[in-house]
Amino acid sequence: MHDESLFLQAFIYLAAAVVAVPISNRLGLGSVLGYLIAGVVIGPFGLRLVGQEGEDVMHFAEFGVVMLLFLVGLELQPSRLWRLRLPILGMGGLQVLATALLIAALAMGLGLAWTMALAVGLILSMSSTAIGLQSLDEKGLAKTDAGQSAFSVLLFQDIAVIPILALLPLLAYEKADLGGHGPALNPWLQAVMVLGIVAGIIVGGRYLMRPVFRIVAATRLREVFTAMALLLVIGIALAMQQVGLSPALGTFVAGVVLADNEYRHELEGDIAPFKGLLLGLFFLTVGASIDFGLLIERPWLILGLVVALVFTKLGVLVALGRGFRLAWSQTLLFGFALAQGGEFAFVLFSFATKAKVLPESLTAVLVAVVAFSMLLTPLLLIANDRWLQPRFASPDEEREADGIDTSDSPVIIAGFGRFGQVVGRLLLAHRCRITVLDHSPAQIDLLRRFGWTVFYGDAGRLDLLQAAGAAQARLLVVAIDDPDKALEIVALAQKHFPHLAILARAQDRRHAYALIRHGVSLIRRETFGSALEMGIDALRLLGVRAHRAHRIAQTFRQHDEAALQEMATIEGDDALVIARSRQLTHDLEQLLQADGYSISADNDQAWDVVARRGLSRG
Amino acid sequence: MDNANRILVLFAHPALHKSWVNRRLIRAIGDLEHVTLHDLYEAYPSFHIDVKREQALLLAHDVIVFQHPFYWYSSPAILKEWQDLVLEHGFAYGAGGTALAGKKFLSAITTGGQQQAYSRSGANRFAIRELLAPFEQTARLCGMDWLPPFVIHGTHLLREAGQIDPYVRSYRLLLMGLRDDTVRWDGLSEGEYLYHNLERVLGPSPVTDHA
Ligand SMILES: Cc1cc2nc3c(=O)[nH]c(=O)nc-3n(C[C@H](O)[C@H](O)[C@H](O)COP(=O)(O)O)c2cc1C
Repeated sequence: MHDESLFLQAFIYLAAAVVAVPISNRLGLGSVLGYLIAGVVIGPFGLRLVGQEGEDVMHFAEFGVVMLLFLVGLELQPSRLWRLRLPILGMGGLQVLATALLIAALAMGLGLAWTMALAVGLILSMSSTAIGLQSLDEKGLAKTDAGQSAFSVLLFQDIAVIPILALLPLLAYEKADLGGHGPALNPWLQAVMVLGIVAGIIVGGRYLMRPVFRIVAATRLREVFTAMALLLVIGIALAMQQVGLSPALGTFVAGVVLADNEYRHELEGDIAPFKGLLLGLFFLTVGASIDFGLLIERPWLILGLVVALVFTKLGVLVALGRGFRLAWSQTLLFGFALAQGGEFAFVLFSFATKAKVLPESLTAVLVAVVAFSMLLTPLLLIANDRWLQPRFASPDEEREADGIDTSDSPVIIAGFGRFGQVVGRLLLAHRCRITVLDHSPAQIDLLRRFGWTVFYGDAGRLDLLQAAGAAQARLLVVAIDDPDKALEIVALAQKHFPHLAILARAQDRRHAYALIRHGVSLIRRETFGSALEMGIDALRLLGVRAHRAHRIAQTFRQHDEAALQEMATIEGDDALVIARSRQLTHDLEQLLQADGYSISADNDQAWDVVARRGLSRG
Repeated sequence: MDNANRILVLFAHPALHKSWVNRRLIRAIGDLEHVTLHDLYEAYPSFHIDVKREQALLLAHDVIVFQHPFYWYSSPAILKEWQDLVLEHGFAYGAGGTALAGKKFLSAITTGGQQQAYSRSGANRFAIRELLAPFEQTARLCGMDWLPPFVIHGTHLLREAGQIDPYVRSYRLLLMGLRDDTVRWDGLSEGEYLYHNLERVLGPSPVTDHA
């Protein structure tokens, strides 16, 4: 089994994912559970398709978490992060502290020495970022109160890993040679390096990345941009590891720094598939690494510990949720999403074994417990969804939906040239939030200098529309100047975001017909409005009074727009088109003759009735 | 319900987002059967009124309601424009202009001023019925039955839903009464509003449809 080629391995993992995830989704179980079960099936206790090398694959796959946090950071402008400081420090801090102490107390009750108990408590206080965030995200709950709280706690845990790594060696039962794990540097020097790297990320992200992105984007080669996005994430992860920090934390900071950047949506679109694949791989390896041997040997011990772990964590989380005034429905969601051991536990347990803090026999059991608790989370979330949430349903759920709408912008404008700009400025003047996508780096640069927030990207790409928030937005304004591309975007949006109302700029009549036939109901021909205005100017110079000229133009517009809709359906048959358009022109003339305030001589006579003619009855 | 009267509510409010009273009124009648709510500022944002369409609407209804806030002792501008354009000679009045004859006309208005202000001794010096004379005479010239108006006074004192609700309920009841022809006209005396004594005026409804 060990000398299989890379391709065969990849084939097994991919096949497992492709088979299991759709089934699990179909059954309403979510992708995480699908991956985990697929992992069990291909693992040593299933079909034995993957074996020992699972460990290495898992280390590789943990990189998915790093990317996940980068993407989370991208969604989180510094100002929003600052607003979350209370939940991060308060909830996160209390969660780690309370859970660690409770578990340590339980462990001492079970007969462990206090040093070991404390180490176990600290390690098990971590929850799984991958499972927690991915499950919430998949259900579209990431932006609810529960989602934000879960995120805050997970972020704190990420930070807490650093002091925990430093603390563990102090709890050793015998002196260990750590062989280079953890920097053996002078702590002062290390602190300086940490600060240096974080400062580097912030300054670099603010000032250096923009020109680099621009140069790369100007090549118009998508894969180069993707390569650069990956390079950025991997580079930061490496640098963080050099100074002994969590790579996830570093990329998170980088994400936050880049959250205001105009290339943000493009970055999101490029990294997201890698994140998804790697996280999937991670779940697969967790599934494959679950030691059913141990479960069969000592079923009650393992099951008892899993239940104890999950309920201890759940208890702490629920207490915190209520303490921080979350609604009950949100508290439960928050609790179930985080009531499991985390991926950090795997790393920390192996570190603790090497550092002679915990004996191998103990960590083997605990690793299995953590893995089982991960397997349990999706099931608990489903139970919560089906049986607990319905009891707390409704009134405040609706308010949450509103919340989502205001935090994201309800309008996406694709193309911010002469046309899109006017639309956008009008909306902004009305304090409506907009997300703008444009494809020309030069144009974006110019707009940025005028203080506009514009994102680089091709609105014809599904992932970019997604990243720009098409799933939450209400309107899509297609204002680009390429008619074929506009049709493409329209078709794409209609297919994947049927809830979006589409407003399209039509280049000319022919383009308008095509858009109408695509089912777009709101179409403006780009030159029609201004041409009409000029028509009014001309009429006025010919001596027509302003109000009348204005009314003529409005009648003309109405007639022409109705004709446009009609002609769109018969275009193609030339004779018919010509005949019909002649008729329409004739109709219009009639209409304009008849229009206006009908004042005529016998009209006036009607007012000059001396005697009541019995018309009125009252 | 087959011989129910069909009611057309021509509604004019140029700043509905700031409205307290009218917004609630229209919300309360939107779902009534045989009642067509026609929001003029929404239909014609640039005052370009489609005369043919409006005339067709008039023909298709039996009761015409002008619902609007009282602006400068009259209606908001679009309703005036509507009258100037839609009530054409030969359609609404004059030779052959009998399209509206026999229909009922109701003014449903809200005023900032309180009722006491609308009297000889009050700040507004004229009673509402006097000020509504142009509407009354317009209706009569077109051969319509002019109904006593539905008036909500002192809107600035109505800032809570609880205070507005009784009026909203009355308005709904009134439209239902007009629709089902259960209004007893002889119960009304000269100078009264249709809001007052609604219980007395509305006979037992043949269709029990409670708001
Ligand atoms: C331009 C304007 C003119 C008004 N003129 C009068 C008036 O002549 N008499 C009066 O009693 N109230 C007058 N008001 C007050 C409105 O009638 C009052 O705000 C309205 O009926 C409230 O209804 P709403 O909450 O639906 O907007 C006027 C208000 C505006 C904005």
